[in-house]
Amino acid sequence: MGTETVNLLDTELRALNDRLHHLDLSKDPSHFVVEEPRGKHNIACGLTDEIVVDIKGHAGYYCAGMNQRATLTIHGNCGIGVAENMMSGTVRVEGSASQSAGATGNGGLLIVNGNAAARCGISMKGIDIVVRGSVGHLSAFMAQAGNLVVCGDAGDSLGDSIYEAKLFVAGSVKSLGADCIEKEMRPEHLKTVGALLERAGIDDVDPASFKRYGSARKLYNFDIDNADKY
Amino acid sequence: MCGIVGLYLKNKDLESQLGELFAPMLIGMSDRGPDSAGLAVYHDTVDQGQTKLTLQCLGKDFDWAEIGSALEARFQAKVNYRSNYISISIAKDRNGIKAWLLENYPAVNVMSEGQSIEIVKEVGRPESVVDRFDVRSMEGTHIIGHTRMATESAVTTAGSHPFTTGQDFCLVHNGSLSNHNRLRKHLSQHCGITFETENDSEVAAGYLTYQLQQGKTLHEALTSALDDLDGFYTFAIGTENGFAVLRDPVACKPAILAETGDWVAMASEYTSLADLPGIKDAKLWEPEPATVYTWGDV
Repeated sequence: MGTETVNLLDTELRALNDRLHHLDLSKDPSHFVVEEPRGKHNIACGLTDEIVVDIKGHAGYYCAGMNQRATLTIHGNCGIGVAENMMSGTVRVEGSASQSAGATGNGGLLIVNGNAAARCGISMKGIDIVVRGSVGHLSAFMAQAGNLVVCGDAGDSLGDSIYEAKLFVAGSVKSLGADCIEKEMRPEHLKTVGALLERAGIDDVDPASFKRYGSARKLYNFDIDNADKY
Repeated sequence: MCGIVGLYLKNKDLESQLGELFAPMLIGMSDRGPDSAGLAVYHDTVDQGQTKLTLQCLGKDFDWAEIGSALEARFQAKVNYRSNYISISIAKDRNGIKAWLLENYPAVNVMSEGQSIEIVKEVGRPESVVDRFDVRSMEGTHIIGHTRMATESAVTTAGSHPFTTGQDFCLVHNGSLSNHNRLRKHLSQHCGITFETENDSEVAAGYLTYQLQQGKTLHEALTSALDDLDGFYTFAIGTENGFAVLRDPVACKPAILAETGDWVAMASEYTSLADLPGIKDAKLWEPEPATVYTWGDV
């Protein structure tokens, strides 16, 4: 696999994304290094090939959005909405992520080595998210499916109006959102957390130190006793 | 949308380069705010018995030599001729200058008052504003700027940030306040604060000015703001010797802070910080919601 280096000081962002969208892997390299990202938005969005992308610095909004199959590493921090609506593949943020990391993600794995700000995993639909640090308020808001693993703390209103996503937090939870409750950590959950930590390369956090949170299923299931509340 | 930026120097040796460091920060926010831009720079502090005023003629060129001479003759003003504006220093007990300006030079606006603040603002893209006021040559201790994408009121210079409602105080705002009408009414009827525009951000500036007049520290005033201001906001605030940043509890509006031993910088997005010296080793973080950050004498 060859490597191609693209410096965003002398290459337009659109040209980079266009290149990444039209690869012929029978002859094109499958490893790309992006230099001087300088907080630009929409870097390496919409990738569909099984390639590796290293972004050498801080990225702006929506980096690696809609990713399918590709493996991206951001060697720095990233702005709002990293890996939003990811379908598959892996996105790793070596620094911290701003708000709405992994928003609406359908699949794949997002790893944040630092902290993730507010609304991490908002409306997640099957993505797995592992955060080495802490997550901000309203994380996993209306989360539908997938796993959110937080090695640090969670901010206010974790899992507000949650559907069937599973939330695991090793540290403290400032408050739980509407219809989100603590649940029993069963053997299969220990296994899930252990496997995700391993995939994230985290070997110094014990899966047994996590608590599990999920839906009380009082809010999204129609209950005839609640009819007068609608 | 709008972009806000601030740079507060800790290392005095950098003061001669303040504008040079700041210009790329303001221009970096062009995509967030292409309609107008403005800034408040703190430098050349005048003596205690003196007040400094910034005068600008909004939207057009102006013969500053004539008004400068008239101000020297009539008010014994010391006039500093800047690029497309002047700052003047006059004795604090000199009254009547504003009425005199209104009568003789109605096109000239008093942009700021204080010991060291100078505010300029203009419609147009940030790079043209930087050129017009020769921002790159500005020296000083700290500087705060705003690039505006107008949403709530017209693209006019008066509607551009920064807003000042008190001596050496200025505020730039990204967001929108929802209780500004009621608060403006209260502040103007009961607290003696005067407003010049219908802009929500000016109300935030007025509110904080009133809190400071009541003897609160800037830190305390911003803590009160968390209770009394309703809406979305990220603020960057300058006082004569201080700099502060505040985000509302919901924190929808972006902000990033960077700090080294030499400076503290705030911007709506990282891209505005990318050219600062030492940024690669700076401490970088996203300010927490509902948390007051201050530097300097506040």
